Amino acid sequence: MTGNVPDKSLPLLKVQNLSKFYGKNMGCHDINFELAEGEVIGVVGESGSGKSTLLKCIAGKINTTNGSVFFNSLYGFVDLCQCDELLLRQLTRTQIGYVTQNSVDGLRMNISAGGNIGERLMANGMRNYSQIRKIALEWLEKVEIETNRIDDLPTTFSGGMQQRLQIAANLVTDPKIILMDEPTSGLDVSVQARLIDVLRKLVSRLRLSMILVTHDLAVARMLSHRLYVMKEGKIVESGLSDQILDDPREPYTQLLVSSVLKP
Amino acid sequence: MSLQYNFAYLDEQSKKMIRRSILKAMAIPGFQVPFGGREMPLPYGWGTGGIQLTASLLGKEDCLKVIDQGSDDTTNAVSIKDFFKKTARIEITENTEDATIIQTRHRIPETPLTPQQIMVYQVPIPEPLQFIEPKRQENAKMHAFSEYGTMYVKLYEDIARHERIAMAFDYPVHVNGRYIMSPSPIPKFDNPKLHQSCAMHIFGAGREKRIYAVPPYTDVVSLDFEDYPFELEEWDESCAICGSDQTFLDEIITDDEGTRMFVCSDTEFCSRVRQKGKR
Amino acid sequence: MYVAVKGGEAAVANSRKLVKRSRRGPLHIPKIGTDQVDHQLGLAVDRVMAEGALYDRKAAAQAILQSQGDMVEAIFLLRAFRTTLKRFGNSKPVNTGKMQVIRRVSGAFKDIPGGQILGPTYDYTHRLIEFEDEPEPPSRGIQPSREAQIDSDSTSPDQELAGLAPRFQQLPWVVDILRNQGLMPPASETLIGEAVEDLTREPLKVPASRSIRLQNLARGDEGFLLGTAYSLQRGFGLDRHPFLGELRVGYVELTYTPPELGFEISIGRVKVTECFMINRNDGSENRSPGFENGYGLVFGQNERKAMSMSLLDRSLQSAEEGVEVKYPAQDQEFVLSHSDNVESSGFVQHLKLPHYVDFQSELVFIRNYTKDSQKKRKVPVESSV
Repeated sequence: MTGNVPDKSLPLLKVQNLSKFYGKNMGCHDINFELAEGEVIGVVGESGSGKSTLLKCIAGKINTTNGSVFFNSLYGFVDLCQCDELLLRQLTRTQIGYVTQNSVDGLRMNISAGGNIGERLMANGMRNYSQIRKIALEWLEKVEIETNRIDDLPTTFSGGMQQRLQIAANLVTDPKIILMDEPTSGLDVSVQARLIDVLRKLVSRLRLSMILVTHDLAVARMLSHRLYVMKEGKIVESGLSDQILDDPREPYTQLLVSSVLKP
Repeated sequence: MSLQYNFAYLDEQSKKMIRRSILKAMAIPGFQVPFGGREMPLPYGWGTGGIQLTASLLGKEDCLKVIDQGSDDTTNAVSIKDFFKKTARIEITENTEDATIIQTRHRIPETPLTPQQIMVYQVPIPEPLQFIEPKRQENAKMHAFSEYGTMYVKLYEDIARHERIAMAFDYPVHVNGRYIMSPSPIPKFDNPKLHQSCAMHIFGAGREKRIYAVPPYTDVVSLDFEDYPFELEEWDESCAICGSDQTFLDEIITDDEGTRMFVCSDTEFCSRVRQKGKR
Repeated sequence: MYVAVKGGEAAVANSRKLVKRSRRGPLHIPKIGTDQVDHQLGLAVDRVMAEGALYDRKAAAQAILQSQGDMVEAIFLLRAFRTTLKRFGNSKPVNTGKMQVIRRVSGAFKDIPGGQILGPTYDYTHRLIEFEDEPEPPSRGIQPSREAQIDSDSTSPDQELAGLAPRFQQLPWVVDILRNQGLMPPASETLIGEAVEDLTREPLKVPASRSIRLQNLARGDEGFLLGTAYSLQRGFGLDRHPFLGELRVGYVELTYTPPELGFEISIGRVKVTECFMINRNDGSENRSPGFENGYGLVFGQNERKAMSMSLLDRSLQSAEEGVEVKYPAQDQEFVLSHSDNVESSGFVQHLKLPHYVDFQSELVFIRNYTKDSQKKRKVPVESSV
């Protein structure tokens, strides 16, 4: 499908008055922000602050109660909360990547690493085995997984490798935006460092546009240009990452920073 | 006993409902049409889908052939023929050329079909995506949105592991460039017979309550990769009875030492070739 | 010279003869009659009617005899008979509130309006096989009710008991006590006058309506329902203890309005088991906290089945109520598409059918595959990536 060239005057993503309620409980409330192409936004907050809910709404994984998520796709500026399922599924398998906290949810554990990377390619019509394999090998290299592991199942991989594989499986179709939900949590510190290092290289080399949800301010600082601080479903503070982390204005952010970023 | 039942067992209302589903299936080649399958006096998994199709298509003038594994004389084929003999009193034949309706399990006859013939297939699992995604709701969406990537992941895995596509029967096909379809558990040897066939092919799954079809002259393409094309089974041997070397061969173990011989799976074709040879 | 195997036809005919012979057994042993099955194996008849989805004691008894007591086979026979029957109309919904009760218990309340009636139950029998012939129980010396006499010439103990209870008495439901106190949502509206979807005419689609789900469970295999309900109790889908609100067994009246008459007439009565299972719920996305009930209703006396059904009715509402579906017993598609024993028995056993052709394809594949890999082993090559 040949799409139009996206309108450069518009942001890549525009979240507008987004709210999600679970019964009477609030998931997130009245969220507004924009993401420019090539930008990495970090969303931080304690667990239960609504940041993962926000990301799931943006990815179209759960229905929103109110508001819009406009995405500057190859098919135009579409509201992901309103568009039909066909378009949403098309977008989520080509132009939007989604990396889950648990790799079990984002990978097929009974399919080899190569098959996991190749799935999106085949879903988009690639029907040449050698070509799929070649691309899968390239991506294994990019995420620093030994290429001789291509036929191994993800179950034989360490947690960090599984996450890197998940990232490769998402980036293989060159998505316009990638959403990450706590990609480093559950990994021990040295493994985390490697993953962050790989991500940093990819971000700078591929100019990725990304929303990164994390409770780890150190991870957020290393990867994101701008930060949004969430508390009880709302954004309480936002700005450039360094500025927020070095000079937080809100008491909540101050608390977060002081409790996590002890030198 | 049989006389108190309607012609071909099913009541006319049910037959009409099934014929409507067949028409719908013909209109959307390869698409599985859900239908109000009836409970039949034969067990589910033993051809109730095929039997319902045949029952709703049979007229008094029809001539029916029933095969199982290519043979007219296997127990379940006999049992099904018996059922229609009792309930419809129509003509039954073993001769492929004479039949107007051929109900089959797992084979397509070797004798070329004609435009006057209808093939009725018994289908155990109509959903080609079943073993990739067991949830019906989800695989209905996969069909609706042509999301067939995962199907190819299976082929990819086969090649990665075995250097070939490892499916030998019930080999999925792409119908009319749209739906992926299970050809029922026929050997992949029979897949090419569906492509641009002049006959009408309808598939019935009784337990899963689906009907689907390949109308005459429809493209039926077996799934493959550009660089790993679909391949047919090949035998080094030819049939020990009729000498054919272009047919699907069954392997017969003839003694305790495991001595093997090969004979045509289509017994009617085999005996006809042999008769001709004698003359 | 090899000759292709023939003789399928003769084998099938002989097999049918053998079935008949083994069914009859030695001729000096008296034959059992359907009356004996109906009255002395009454619970078997109940089960066959429930899962055969046809209330016909005589046909069910005959099916049990014809299948040598193989229950699933008997159910299958009754189902196949059922499909050929003409439908002449829909009865009015039965009123189980007005039941001629032979047994009624609640596990949630000690005393319930109308009282608890223990009735005939195996619950408090000691499971000791009585090898000696039991003496005939003394007659209770009660005259069967007039209605009971009308139904049958020979009065069954059941009817004797039912004769004790006032006919079709209005007994309040225990769950209504909770409803009146606002602790349980009101019963969903009855669909009087509206056509109810029919599972036997339309293919099952999931998500299915509650009406279809209940039809499916009522016809479902007792063992399957029991096992899946048990899995709920063991924590695979329930996080707290359910309570038996009420279980009642008895006869309900069937009424029908023939179009040519234009008024309602009674066309008989059927024995049913009804169950309300109460669960506490602490509120979720789509519901407020309180109690909820699961419902079970089956033909005949089958408490094990009715109770399992009510547990599953509840758990199958998970998705609608925004409760995460994590376990098989909460999953509509899993439960509904695997509950039917005529379907599952047929499909599991179809593996007895010849699969020569498919297996031949597998053989050819494996032979070629091993041949190729042996060739490769002889000439070692660098494995390509």
